[in-house]
Amino acid sequence: MNTWHSIRQSPMTALGIALLTLLVFLTLFGPWIVPNDPLTVQMSERLQPPSWQYPFGTDHLGRCLFSRLVEGAQITLGLAAVVIVTVAVIGIPVGLLSGYVGGRLDTILMRIVDGAGALPEFVVAISVAGFLGPNLTNLLLSIVAIKWMGYARVVRSIVLSEREKEYVLAARVAGGSAWTVMRRHLIPQILSPVFVLAALDIGKIIMLIAMFSFLGLGAQPPTPEWGAMLNDGRPYFQTVPELMIYPGMAILLVVISCNLIADGLRDRLDVRSR
Amino acid sequence: MKDTKESMESSPLLTVNRLSKTYSTAKGAPVQALQDVSFHIRKGECLGLVGESGSGKSTLSRLLLSLERPDSGEMYVHGVPLNGLTGKALRETRKQVQVVFQDPHAALNQRLPIWRSVLEPLDNYPDVTPPFLADVRPNRRETAAKLLEMVGLLPEHLDRYPHELSGGQKQRVAIARGISLRPDLLICDEPTSCLDVSLQAQMLRLLKRLQRQLGLSYLFISHDIVSIRMMSDRILVMQEGRIVDQFPSDQILSEERHLYTKQLTAAVR
Ligand SMILES: Nc1ncnc2c1ncn2[C@@H]1O[C@H](COP(=O)(O)OP(=O)(O)OP(=O)(O)O)[C@@H](O)[C@H]1O
Ligand SMILES: [Mg+2]
Repeated sequence: MNTWHSIRQSPMTALGIALLTLLVFLTLFGPWIVPNDPLTVQMSERLQPPSWQYPFGTDHLGRCLFSRLVEGAQITLGLAAVVIVTVAVIGIPVGLLSGYVGGRLDTILMRIVDGAGALPEFVVAISVAGFLGPNLTNLLLSIVAIKWMGYARVVRSIVLSEREKEYVLAARVAGGSAWTVMRRHLIPQILSPVFVLAALDIGKIIMLIAMFSFLGLGAQPPTPEWGAMLNDGRPYFQTVPELMIYPGMAILLVVISCNLIADGLRDRLDVRSR
Repeated sequence: MKDTKESMESSPLLTVNRLSKTYSTAKGAPVQALQDVSFHIRKGECLGLVGESGSGKSTLSRLLLSLERPDSGEMYVHGVPLNGLTGKALRETRKQVQVVFQDPHAALNQRLPIWRSVLEPLDNYPDVTPPFLADVRPNRRETAAKLLEMVGLLPEHLDRYPHELSGGQKQRVAIARGISLRPDLLICDEPTSCLDVSLQAQMLRLLKRLQRQLGLSYLFISHDIVSIRMMSDRILVMQEGRIVDQFPSDQILSEERHLYTKQLTAAVR
């Protein structure tokens, strides 16, 4: 009821939710929907136009473009979800501890976060690719290594301001252990801002993974990751631009829908922009 | 343990000895919020603490509640030192010293229904059953209802959220939480100063009644000399972090009073 009302209030958020729902649906049920195996190479069928057999046609190795895109949704959303969850699982406890316990621990942690957290993810990711080799695992590790700090910082700043408030003092006087106070009072306070941050970051992470895969530093062929597919299609851009347009559109849509949802969440949860 | 407690019966409930606290501020001079503060509170007594804004009253209450640590000095509850307690020992003494804060709105978690806030202390101490809750203690909601009833609220308030209550009702909830463990000492840090004037007398009467009914001791903090006088058996006067005067309430108008006390009373005489 309430949700429905707020969706009607902001059609753009609704659009974002609809698009993402579609993508999640494709991710979950992709294997039953796709007409062809996304990896099977058939040189006799290369660069086919759309048909009943191949709804979006085939690529330069005769693989079904539609099946590869659907498989790519699973990879893209799956990786982004793994990264976000990992980042939150590291960043939230660190921010909680740092803010609530304070003292020396806080000083050390925040020094690390302020120093390393200022580096852009892609610089770190490129260096890691250079030193440890270009592959998906190294890319994801580099993103996680930088991104958790933003979460730790946001969580810490909320904890620092909340822990002086009388309801938290009252909870301590009431005999709550540090863990009880965090669980009952502080964690519920940080969830909304963390959700907004995560929704914004998912778009960025998807872009980053696609960008690195396009440069050949992330997902490697024949994985149907959308960035890698862009790269595959590059030599044929003059003759068969669909090879690049479809994965490009897919990336665009998912990033836009994440950002629309993030904006909607921010308005609805009334998170102060920081 | 019981023996020591009995032998302490005649000794004060709370003893504070030369307590000092200095805050260092980001820019400029450190603030001496408390300097060499000593006093005691006897069992069943209400000690009033009066002083202007910034005189260190809340600092004292935060130290007594172990929310902050003093720079020097000692505090004893039933002869047991409060200083430097952590973990289990700290939890044990917290049962005996509870609080009602100034701002009832800030003192309740906006996301929790009233009954959860009221039960917070009892939920943290499953082994504690105050005599006045003995018959309802096994049932959490009945316990909460009984506590609300004791402060003049109704069962229908159990499932409300703080924003659905008035300021006075919220303060009653905070009081219910403060008495729920039947602490020996309840610190009331300006419990009425955020309330409408018309509600203040009601709230003081409630506190007085609960004190008598449950045999509590109060440290009653206020900058309003009238309510201090109405509530307290003895009065401490604080100025710039020091106790400048200390006397039984009925001698508030005596000629021996400190100049600052006379200024405070002059305004209302
Ligand atoms: N955390 C802190 N950091 C720095 N200074 C502080 C801190 N807490 C209190 N002070 C200072 O200590 C002094 C005493 O403050 P305190 O809150 O105890 O006063 P109070 O008597 O309770 O005043 P009020 O009647 O306004 O509540 C004030 O000068 C205050 O600015
Ligand atoms: Mg104060």
